[in-house]
Amino acid sequence: MKRFARLFARIDQTTKTTVKVAALAEYFREAPPDDKLWTVALFSGRRPRRAITTTKLREWAAEKAGVPLWLFEEAYPIVGDLAETIALILPPASRQTDATLSDWIAHLRALTDRDEEARKAGILDAWDQLDPTERFLFNKLLTGGFRIGISQKLMTRALSQATGRDEAEMAHRLMGDWTPDSVTWETLIEAEDASADASRPYPFYLAYPLEDAPESLGPPEDWHAEWKWDGIRGQLILREGEHFVWSRGEELMTDRFPELARAIDFLPSGTVIDGEILAWDAEAPLPFNALQKRIGRKTVPKTLLKEAPVIVYAYDLLEEHGQDLRDHPFAQRRDRLASILTDLPPEAPLRLSPTIPFTDWQALSDTRDTARDARAEGLMLKKLDSPYLSGRKKGDWWKWKLDPLTIDAVMIYAQQGSGRRANLFTDFTFAVWQGNDLVPFTKAYSGLTDEEFRKITAWVRKNTLQRFGPVRQVKPEHVFEIAFEGIHESPRHKSGLALRFPRMSRWRHDKPVQEANSLADLRAILEAHG
Amino acid sequence: MARDTVLSFTEKGLYCPAGDFFIDPWRPVDRALITHGHADHARPGHARYLCTKGAAPTMRHRLGEIDVQTVTYGDKLTLGDATVSFHPAGHVPGSAQIRVEVAGEVWVVSGDYKTTPDGLSEPFEPVACHAFITESTFGLPVFHWRPQEEVAAELNAWWRDSLAAGKRPVLGAYSLGKAQRLLSLLDPEIGPILTHGAVEAMTAILRDEQGYDLPPTVPVTPDTDPKAYPDALLLAPPSAVGSAWSRRFGPASTGFASGWMQLRGVRRRRAMDRGFVISDHADWDGLHAAIKETGAEKVFVTHGYTDIFTRWLNDQGYQARVVETEYTGDDGEGE
Ligand SMILES: [Zn+2]
Ligand SMILES: [Zn+2]
Repeated sequence: MKRFARLFARIDQTTKTTVKVAALAEYFREAPPDDKLWTVALFSGRRPRRAITTTKLREWAAEKAGVPLWLFEEAYPIVGDLAETIALILPPASRQTDATLSDWIAHLRALTDRDEEARKAGILDAWDQLDPTERFLFNKLLTGGFRIGISQKLMTRALSQATGRDEAEMAHRLMGDWTPDSVTWETLIEAEDASADASRPYPFYLAYPLEDAPESLGPPEDWHAEWKWDGIRGQLILREGEHFVWSRGEELMTDRFPELARAIDFLPSGTVIDGEILAWDAEAPLPFNALQKRIGRKTVPKTLLKEAPVIVYAYDLLEEHGQDLRDHPFAQRRDRLASILTDLPPEAPLRLSPTIPFTDWQALSDTRDTARDARAEGLMLKKLDSPYLSGRKKGDWWKWKLDPLTIDAVMIYAQQGSGRRANLFTDFTFAVWQGNDLVPFTKAYSGLTDEEFRKITAWVRKNTLQRFGPVRQVKPEHVFEIAFEGIHESPRHKSGLALRFPRMSRWRHDKPVQEANSLADLRAILEAHG
Repeated sequence: MARDTVLSFTEKGLYCPAGDFFIDPWRPVDRALITHGHADHARPGHARYLCTKGAAPTMRHRLGEIDVQTVTYGDKLTLGDATVSFHPAGHVPGSAQIRVEVAGEVWVVSGDYKTTPDGLSEPFEPVACHAFITESTFGLPVFHWRPQEEVAAELNAWWRDSLAAGKRPVLGAYSLGKAQRLLSLLDPEIGPILTHGAVEAMTAILRDEQGYDLPPTVPVTPDTDPKAYPDALLLAPPSAVGSAWSRRFGPASTGFASGWMQLRGVRRRRAMDRGFVISDHADWDGLHAAIKETGAEKVFVTHGYTDIFTRWLNDQGYQARVVETEYTGDDGEGE
């Protein structure tokens, strides 16, 4: 574990990606194969089966630290991370160990089948021989979610440096449904002919936001335009008579969208489609709100399948007849996609995302302004002669989103942040006027600079009217512009409304509280865009 | 006299009616007793100040022409019907807890404090009292400070490693207290210590006028030639780290020292290369030990994790409550 802890410390201590990649590459050259394999697995979101519930971990850690459970529970949101809270709250270890990362994983897996007493003894014994960093990492193995500033991309680059192989090849090797039990370091990374995995998706190509005027892209005739949909980006893979659905986050979502299984009835094996998964009401996409009910559900109740059925709105063809098409120009891929989708019956869970014809940028810009009517977030621009690249590379694909909706609101509650912002007030509740009352309608906790968060924190400390546990009611004195991407009815909220992606876009020092917007203004936005 | 009248909590600050004075007030008053020179405790605008001999020079430097009377630790002063004395708080050089006695009832205002000696500040001295007014900046059981020798070793290793990697170590620290503590931990054998003007001013007062044991420093001026100091470490207020001031000394490895560096999230927000966990406030065990040693039954909690810490004190059998103040704790100090 010491070597893995050293790697983690080196990665965590720097903000420079070159240093992170160098540290990882060195580790991939020197660590034992089993440790390397587990490191790749952990950093790509694969983890050992949960041996202990987090409830038990909290109880045992509080007990060992000699603090009441409520105090542990208060400290946890402030630290912002369970593994770290446990690592910090425990008394120092009484001894040391040379056990490696994979040794500890084996230790944990052996505990899974034991009774609770044995599991508790095993965990307490581990805590007592790990230094604070090792302990934090060990707890991460237990609680999951190894998000430590290493993207899949950085890891791919480090593997490529360590093995001398191409980055794109590495990216492809790491995709798919493998686990450290189904592969070895040798078969996954080093073997000449890594066994072709039918489920393996292609790395996604991601668009850049367009910030300049579209004229900067050159002649309109070089470009293809379509709506930018507000769904889940996904890859539908049909191979060897099976279907697989991958999210952009490289998560396998096949089981979440059972209606997509029918795709195999309409398209041949050896087809891979890139598109947007959308909730669909037979003619048009439903608002994101409908799709949201499906997200996070591993199994879907029948009523929900009826209420919010999904389809793939297809916009690119990456593989046809088992042949990788990514080097072909977009225009060709798009034509082939259109030809395999045109004659499909309505019950096929696929549609072609329509092309928006245009001849000049101004006309297209006018079309963009109507995106909300089409239930879209804006436009996508794709260069007609571009290959399908991997990752976020500037130049060929642009997302040209609508400006967000905005409303001026009054801050009425504040709460301290956690993790990165443990000592600042960062979570705020905002209200709009209804007559002489301020009605809370949304929370927001991003959008300000650290400097602004420091200022508002000092202000909150001096202007607290009342405390409700961690929440402070503050003087209604500051107006903020809240930007958001959508709005819908929500009986659960006091205001009857809920916003999508609310954030603080501007601190309106210039606006007195009386000039903040009203609930009627919000309702008007709902009428126009909901 | 009724027991609760030793100190009352007013909109201007902690007030002693029997002696007609305030302690660390945040609005201008006639007579202010000051625990220590940090900006949230020693504010401008009072007619008369009273503080320790050790705190006065840096306070004068910060606040300009003020009317200050000074006392020695332990001296008893009579103010109206109150007896007042100052006792070391171990927070920064010259910092004090203020003991106030009225008709046999003793209250102690601790200001900011830490219980473990740092080799520089006068060590914390427990003072028996009926009521104790405490901070709780790090009043959560996740804050445990390691022995300062261990952190000193880390600091000096970072200095050496940075030089070896061709980087200039630039260390950010508040100019009063934290900077001098770091100076006392840094190893002058490695190289010279170059200081920013704000740090140098405070250091010169404490070292040259008051005789605190601090190593020599080289103040940076516009004429300072970076090439003349290849092994030097730069010590500066956090705001100067990464500024044009430090950039002319070449590619930097940046470091920051604070108790908040214990939390990975805060460390990452600072976006410094290294975070060193060094605080001039008591950690969880320090707070607990200090309160216990006073023998106080009543505890008032001023700044920090006040709600949580107060609840825990009540669980332990104290009569504790939160007092709203305008002290800010470690993020407000000198930044
Ligand atoms: Zn202080
Ligand atoms: Zn303070």
